[in-house]
Amino acid sequence: MKAGDLGELALRNLREAVLRNSLTTLGVAVGVASLVAMLSLGVGLQELATKRLSNSGLFDTVVVMPRRNMQPMRRPAANLVPSKPDRVLDDDARNELARLPNVLEVYPQIRFPTEVRYNGSPYSTIVAGVPDSSRGNGSFDGIQGSFFSGPNADEAILQIEFAKDLSEQTASLIGKDLVVRYAEREALPPESAAAGAKGSNAADPGAGGFSIVPREKKLHIVGIVETEPAAGFGGFGSGRLLIPLEVASALRAAQVNDLRDAVRATNGKPVYASLTVRVKSPALVEGIETAVKNMGFGAFSLLDATRNLRLFFTIFDLLLAIFGSLALAVATLGIINTLVMAILERRREIGILKALGAADRDVKQLFFVEAGVMGLFGGALGVVFGWFIGRALTWGTNVYLHRQNLPSAHVFSVPWWLVLGAIAFAVIVSLIAGLYPASRAAKLNPVEALRYE
Amino acid sequence: MTTGNGIAVHADRVSRHYEMGAAVIRAVDDVTLEIRAGEFVALLGSSGSGKSTLLNLMAGLDQPTGGAIFANGRNLSELSSLELARYRSRTVGMVFQSFNLLPRMTLEENVELPLRLAEVDRAERGARVQEALERVSLEKRLTHRPSEMSGGEQQRAALARALVNRPSLLFADEPTGNLDSATGESIMLLLKEIQQKLGMTIVMVTHERPLAERFADRIAALADGKLLTDGVKS
Repeated sequence: MKAGDLGELALRNLREAVLRNSLTTLGVAVGVASLVAMLSLGVGLQELATKRLSNSGLFDTVVVMPRRNMQPMRRPAANLVPSKPDRVLDDDARNELARLPNVLEVYPQIRFPTEVRYNGSPYSTIVAGVPDSSRGNGSFDGIQGSFFSGPNADEAILQIEFAKDLSEQTASLIGKDLVVRYAEREALPPESAAAGAKGSNAADPGAGGFSIVPREKKLHIVGIVETEPAAGFGGFGSGRLLIPLEVASALRAAQVNDLRDAVRATNGKPVYASLTVRVKSPALVEGIETAVKNMGFGAFSLLDATRNLRLFFTIFDLLLAIFGSLALAVATLGIINTLVMAILERRREIGILKALGAADRDVKQLFFVEAGVMGLFGGALGVVFGWFIGRALTWGTNVYLHRQNLPSAHVFSVPWWLVLGAIAFAVIVSLIAGLYPASRAAKLNPVEALRYE
Repeated sequence: MTTGNGIAVHADRVSRHYEMGAAVIRAVDDVTLEIRAGEFVALLGSSGSGKSTLLNLMAGLDQPTGGAIFANGRNLSELSSLELARYRSRTVGMVFQSFNLLPRMTLEENVELPLRLAEVDRAERGARVQEALERVSLEKRLTHRPSEMSGGEQQRAALARALVNRPSLLFADEPTGNLDSATGESIMLLLKEIQQKLGMTIVMVTHERPLAERFADRIAALADGKLLTDGVKS
């Protein structure tokens, strides 16, 4: 029989026992909904964790430092010959890193201690530079106020704990000004630098020096963040007063590593203690890390932690899928029961079909198509049910989170692969369920079937 | 289609035995019968004589336990399941005592069913259904379901369904058994007309000797699974 005729006859047969077949299809739908809801929860939680961790800068960044900065402080072995020469982390290196494939941006970590003056009172804190790319990557989700108006704006975002130090009414700080007092690094003139270097490093023509000059900068408060954005490894975490990276860079504030660099040869060029390389996705971190090391720099990332996270969620999803599939297994029994009942009821009809020329194959295919159609409709309906369950779960979770004064979270995700996979799985399971009934129907003796009343 | 010697169906020492525990039921026992192409043969016998079993064997619905059935020169026992299905679909038309129309289908759909099974092109089906229904004068009842038709009409519909694939063999199992005598006679007249106009070979099972004598060219009488007489019209 042709496929079109098979489909028409199967649909006609399903319509004949519409209540029973609808209930069976509903059973499949419930099974698929359970599976979809479970897996969507797993996928949603994975996406949530990945997003939060990604925002923290833990997994999509590689921190680059000059190799010697990464060595423990000890006397170098006399016979140790480095395989590659040490490279200085200067603007040339920064540009070279930025040209690597799959690198989104390269920026220095600028973090320095400061004294903040607000309402005439001094407050000690740490200032950190924030790249403009943080605007859209979720690091500042839930910000009170707004992100910086531009990369060169003299504006500040306060971390909530620091804001509480400044005022009990933290919201009232937005729109106010504060003054930052910091130590600016001012390069010494060449002759003065050479004189300063006479004692210990006179042979090094590249040695530079600097003096420390106290400065002040007025900043306008534009926002307050409740959680510490990008608090992780390699990010701008631990900064309690955040300013645009460009502004932080222009301040030329003295940093912790400056003293070490002062005694090293840098040919007078500005050098960075470290650079943060942001990669397109955590999966690409390993390749970038290797490339950076091959360039002669030290690099590290939290790659193993990413791997463990993926492993955890793979197992988590697998367990959820197994529990979700239990309902589908019960629905499978429903399909078998429905089709076996259909064989009993349509025994005579099967006999007539065979007498009119239906091959065993035709009868088998007819039952297969009926099972498949129930699986298809059940699968599609199940995906819709599963989606609603997920929405309800998200809603319930967010109500709970709001009561706990926590930001809302999207704990549920139904990607396209899950929609198509769930429907395909429902059809396959239904076809497997139809194996026995279809085979039994095909084997019916037409003479006996025609005698059946 | 016939063999070279004009034999449409040849039952050669055919037996169909059923084992019921220790007992053996000889439904058909060593029957040899030749049916020529274009012939109208009546298989006559009382209930349990084996006439329907023999008809089912000739229609390819059942397999003999002994002997062989040749249809158009081919041994049905040697055909695969698929080839047997094709034989039933394209060579054979069947009419039953209880009509066996599918109750949920309209008349048109019932008659179209063998065309679907024979994988006839959809474009051709309408005309074939129309032709078959005109032959039995039911062309105006296309959308009616079997429950909306009389017994005679249902049997004529079943006859249209049997003819729609233009078979060379028509097997009728007690076609008038569920009909009153007047309606039964009209069906028999229709069968005769089909035989004469289309040159079709018809094998009819009946227990009514007058009907067989009036319409069949030849009568094969069976009793207890054995062929008693062949060709006698008293």
